[in-house]
Amino acid sequence: MSEITLRAPAQAQPECRSDWYWLISDSWLMAKRSVMHIIRSMDQVLSLILFPIMFMLLNRYVLGGAIDTGNVSYANYLFAGILIQTLAFGANYTTINLAVDMKEGIVDRFRSLPMASTALVIGHIAADLVRNIISGIIIILAGFVVGFRPNASAIEWFYVIGLALLFTLAISWLSAILGLVVKSLEAAQWVGFVLIFPLTFVSSAFVPTDTMPDILRTFAENQPITHAINAIRAWLVGTPLGDSAWLSVLWSLGIIVVSVPITAWLFRRHAQ
Amino acid sequence: MDRKQPHATDNAIVVKNLQKSYKDLKVLHGIDFNVRRGSILALLGPNGAGKTTTIRILSTLLSPDSGEAYVNGFDVVKQACEVRGSIGLTGQFAAVDGYLTSEENLLMLGRLYRLSQSDTKQRTRELLEQFDLVDAAQRPVKTYSGGMKRRLDLAMSLIASPPVIFLDEPTTGLDPRSRLSMWALIKNLANSGTTILLTTQYMDEADYLADWIVVIDEGRVIAEGDANALKARVGADHVDLTISRNSSFSIAQQAVDGAKIQANPEQRVLTIAASHGVTTVKQVLQRLEDAQIEVESLSMRRPTLDDVFLFLTGNGAPKTEEMEK
Repeated sequence: MSEITLRAPAQAQPECRSDWYWLISDSWLMAKRSVMHIIRSMDQVLSLILFPIMFMLLNRYVLGGAIDTGNVSYANYLFAGILIQTLAFGANYTTINLAVDMKEGIVDRFRSLPMASTALVIGHIAADLVRNIISGIIIILAGFVVGFRPNASAIEWFYVIGLALLFTLAISWLSAILGLVVKSLEAAQWVGFVLIFPLTFVSSAFVPTDTMPDILRTFAENQPITHAINAIRAWLVGTPLGDSAWLSVLWSLGIIVVSVPITAWLFRRHAQ
Repeated sequence: MDRKQPHATDNAIVVKNLQKSYKDLKVLHGIDFNVRRGSILALLGPNGAGKTTTIRILSTLLSPDSGEAYVNGFDVVKQACEVRGSIGLTGQFAAVDGYLTSEENLLMLGRLYRLSQSDTKQRTRELLEQFDLVDAAQRPVKTYSGGMKRRLDLAMSLIASPPVIFLDEPTTGLDPRSRLSMWALIKNLANSGTTILLTTQYMDEADYLADWIVVIDEGRVIAEGDANALKARVGADHVDLTISRNSSFSIAQQAVDGAKIQANPEQRVLTIAASHGVTTVKQVLQRLEDAQIEVESLSMRRPTLDDVFLFLTGNGAPKTEEMEK
């Protein structure tokens, strides 16, 4: 091993204001890191590809024949539900990956650097967006294979993509809170499922809500996942839109506005 | 405190009456020490003594309950960001990203330390070479051995050439060969002018590396000095004397009182520090003979860290004392 060289220490004296340039630069680095984690971890790649296809096939062919969706074909009905469900499950990786980071020494290293500390969370959420965009594309392809035939105009597709991204962002911030709260990796793995499974099943994702018992129906018709599904379904295959578009935008923005400061507070609390 | 400038310029780290509790558990009872610029200071102590807590406070990961600490002239609480720009931290567990290659880890860290793109690239090349990681540079770090991970970990702390480095138990869990190569790297680093604060539970590590050793136990500084001063005090060979059942153990204890450091009546073993080697042994045996005590057996051994702590904390040794060079 050769002699260790060090430059004059003064040259490395960094900017200490956490201005926008460095926040974006740090977040970009953290996002690149999180995306590398997805690409280089086989189980994340597999779940990214297999989960949407599996859900699409199971629902379309196992349940599809027994469900009456009126004058919309089940493949057309199902698509919006599978899309939103996949996005919601994808966000669970924010919980898991953040929990893994918090357990390992690397977070101490990041926090001892002159970087913007929230960049770590932003990086995971950005990676989640990337993951969910890929999942979304796979879902669309799988949908076409099983008979999904949308009649949406270009502007309606634009709305669908916009709402899907906004929804992903909202649920990722929620997942970030879970990732910072859970005490163990095991908890991170099940806590997301325990929340997301009931929310997606008690919704209009797979069956019309009008056959559910009263209490369930009231819940199903007023929860954010149903609003997002109904809006996307309306734009894609022409079911009635109602209030779901603006309600789901409002829900998503509301979740983000509440989650961001909670996440920042939880992240700092680890310093105590 | 009436001094306006509590951080003298020849000290890279100044710690004053630092206190910290976790809930009801007080882990630091007010510790003080200084680290001279360009020197290596070892915080020596058993698990739970407060070593890691001290490092975490100095590297801005924890805030102290009271007391003051300055690193490179900056207050760790009020000027945390400036402190972060002046330090490199290598924790107890390799803080490296397993999915990235060592080159990617270094490139990422350089930019997070606010180095320019070109500086980051150049430093990455230099460090990969200096730390013997060129061949493995393109492999994900999770495939590395423990020793390689530690080397990368240290390299990452050095990417911005910080004037102060914290090493929290840098060799715990390493095999003997990796340990020696880590020691060589640390020495090398100090020779280049970096100030190093390291923690360790190994007497030999502190002995080999440190210019100054601060012994802490239960959140208090119980002794400090250079390796020779501490060894003169606690590092003499130990002699275990087993007292025969035919003689009174308590009389034996009284007879060797001045030299005794430990007494174990159940095993009938008296441990003494042979601070003047064979001469001490001869004197002690003479005193026991004078008291008509029969010694069954005698064995000599190098002191362990346990002996050091028992000596410093128990058996009437003063709670806090400063040893002069």
